[in-house]
Amino acid sequence: MIHSHRLIDSLVPGEVALIAAIDRGGLAPETAQRLCELGFDEGVDVEILHRAPFGGDPLAVRVGNMVVALRRDMARLIEVTA
Amino acid sequence: MNAHGVQARDLAVALVGNPNAGKTSLFNALTGSRQKVGNYPGVTVERKAGRLALPDGRVAELIDLPGTYSLDPKSPDEAVTRDAIFGRIAGERPLDAIIAVIDATNLRNHLRFVLELRALGLPLVVALNMVDLAARDGIVIDAARLADLLGVPVVETVAVRKRGLDTLGAALNEQIGAERPAAPALQPRDLRALQGEARRMAAAVQTATGAARRWSQRVDNVVLHPVAGPLLLAAILFFMFQAVFSWAEAPMGWIEAGVAALQTQLAAALPAGWLLSLLNDGVLAGVGAVVVFLPQILILFAFIITLEQSGYMTRAAFLMDRLMARVGLNGRAFIPLLSSFACAIPGIMATRSIDSPRDRLTTILIAPLMTCSARLPVYAVVIGAFIPARDVGPFGLQGLVLFVLYLAGILGALVAAFALRRTVTKGAAPPFLMEMPKYQWPALRDIGIGLYGRAIAFLSRAGTIIMSSTIVLWAMASWPQPPVGAVKPGIEYSLAGKLGTALEPIFAPIGFNKEIAIALVPGMAAREVAVSALGTVYALQDVDEENTGGLIEQLRAAWPLPTALAFLAWFVFAPQCLSTLAVTRRETASWRWPIFMFTYLFVAAYVAAGITFHAATALGL
Repeated sequence: MIHSHRLIDSLVPGEVALIAAIDRGGLAPETAQRLCELGFDEGVDVEILHRAPFGGDPLAVRVGNMVVALRRDMARLIEVTA
Repeated sequence: MNAHGVQARDLAVALVGNPNAGKTSLFNALTGSRQKVGNYPGVTVERKAGRLALPDGRVAELIDLPGTYSLDPKSPDEAVTRDAIFGRIAGERPLDAIIAVIDATNLRNHLRFVLELRALGLPLVVALNMVDLAARDGIVIDAARLADLLGVPVVETVAVRKRGLDTLGAALNEQIGAERPAAPALQPRDLRALQGEARRMAAAVQTATGAARRWSQRVDNVVLHPVAGPLLLAAILFFMFQAVFSWAEAPMGWIEAGVAALQTQLAAALPAGWLLSLLNDGVLAGVGAVVVFLPQILILFAFIITLEQSGYMTRAAFLMDRLMARVGLNGRAFIPLLSSFACAIPGIMATRSIDSPRDRLTTILIAPLMTCSARLPVYAVVIGAFIPARDVGPFGLQGLVLFVLYLAGILGALVAAFALRRTVTKGAAPPFLMEMPKYQWPALRDIGIGLYGRAIAFLSRAGTIIMSSTIVLWAMASWPQPPVGAVKPGIEYSLAGKLGTALEPIFAPIGFNKEIAIALVPGMAAREVAVSALGTVYALQDVDEENTGGLIEQLRAAWPLPTALAFLAWFVFAPQCLSTLAVTRRETASWRWPIFMFTYLFVAAYVAAGITFHAATALGL
């Protein structure tokens, strides 16, 4: 576990990981809250399902039972343990 | 209950839930077609209400509040939900009870909102919706256990199949007592703690978790595929536009024939004079100009509602986000822009779903650049007159020119968005975060009800504006009347004619003659009116939109080719009809933006037409 802190952005499709930390300081308060409302929280299982065509941005991420589209710049604020 | 169906205390019950919980389906199932759609005062958020009879004979007004993820609003829609729950909206009764609609396939997120709602202390019933889809994914939920843990009734429902509605009514009946509950106050809460509690609760009541969303993920493997996805989107759009234009052709013909028949009847029944002219060229022409677009708008909306309810629209937004991001917008702007191809009015109304005010304003400002169907008659006449009907490779030249005009509108919109986001709507874009709901078969009833609501909204907003502006412009084109023995067409003596003549020096540098300048004035009512106005100004005494054969001949003789091309370029950017400006005024709640919109489009149209005219002249066309 100690060696594998990565950003959500670096997961390969199909690889399931747990959210380790969210850099909420890098987000506006409303955005941090919306992220929470959409189910992003420490300890929740996530997986990258799809990357959009033409450059792989945004990402479709499964978080719990929900699928959420978000751009890579935000995905880079979410750390996971694979 | 007395004879009017009103009782001593009118009950108010609200449906509250996350977006995509199936709230609107449940609302439709509970109220059927007895719905009243209106607006909340001061904001452009729809208020949908219906009548709900409780088992003991009491009647409640059931209100479908906009979907929201929490009680902390991020958009005007969500603010309405919060304010309605807290009884802060003027003219609204405080709520007697809440039905919290939750999606059985997404229990943990939706339960967190239920926990927030429970803390308010209002009578609460939970509708555990879409249990059939949960079963499809192998999810089994112990509803009785959930009710125990929450301490409120939980009723399993399948809104689209009308399952569980009686039980829901009975549970609600029991919860609503004789006394009105005290209005709730917002307590500070820790969202993340609630989220954790919801997750634990969801884990405790799910006896089988299944492979969540298996079915949706299989569909997404194709729909979001890097190659197949964009191709499928292009194919769907292509089919949609084909359908909008080809299926609507026949009913539009009937409407035009019907209006024309009425005009003939009136002409036979009334003596020629201003009254006949008012009825025929003002009122009937005005009504006709609105109603004739209804077939296209209904077909377009049927597609859009189907795509929205199936869950595909968010996928389209996902696929388009990258392109939109380059011009400073996000994927959500795609849907309103798509609607604008039929008419900018429903498109501008659809921008309400965009949460960022700056993005929304930008989208509103560029919506008129999408080639709306009212431009088609103008394009058709000018292309018919000036573009030879020969083939270029496998394509017809006329069709190619039409395609180029559409493309020019789209490119113009992208450039405009890019420029606007760096100037007038400058500012950081809020991050793009969008739930992608699971796929569902849309229910015909929900499509029907949605279609009806949008058709009424279009007719009442566009209808009143287009009709009144047609009548005003009719008056301007009819008065003052020509002197006895006048040789020139009557319109030249009128106010519109004088205005056009005064405008002529402005338009002369871009190759427009006086006739065009005059026709552009009534063209402000609705763009296609420019066609009949050209007919009038070229003294084709039949002011008939169908009578374009003669007009084509006339234009061919009167306009040099560079003028015709400049006229087409003008209409790509043309300052839009008055109804678009009026809807923009309404949606932005100020005159500032419609005036800005008019100005920037006028400048763009003028420059585009000027460049086209001078380039074509220089090329010796």
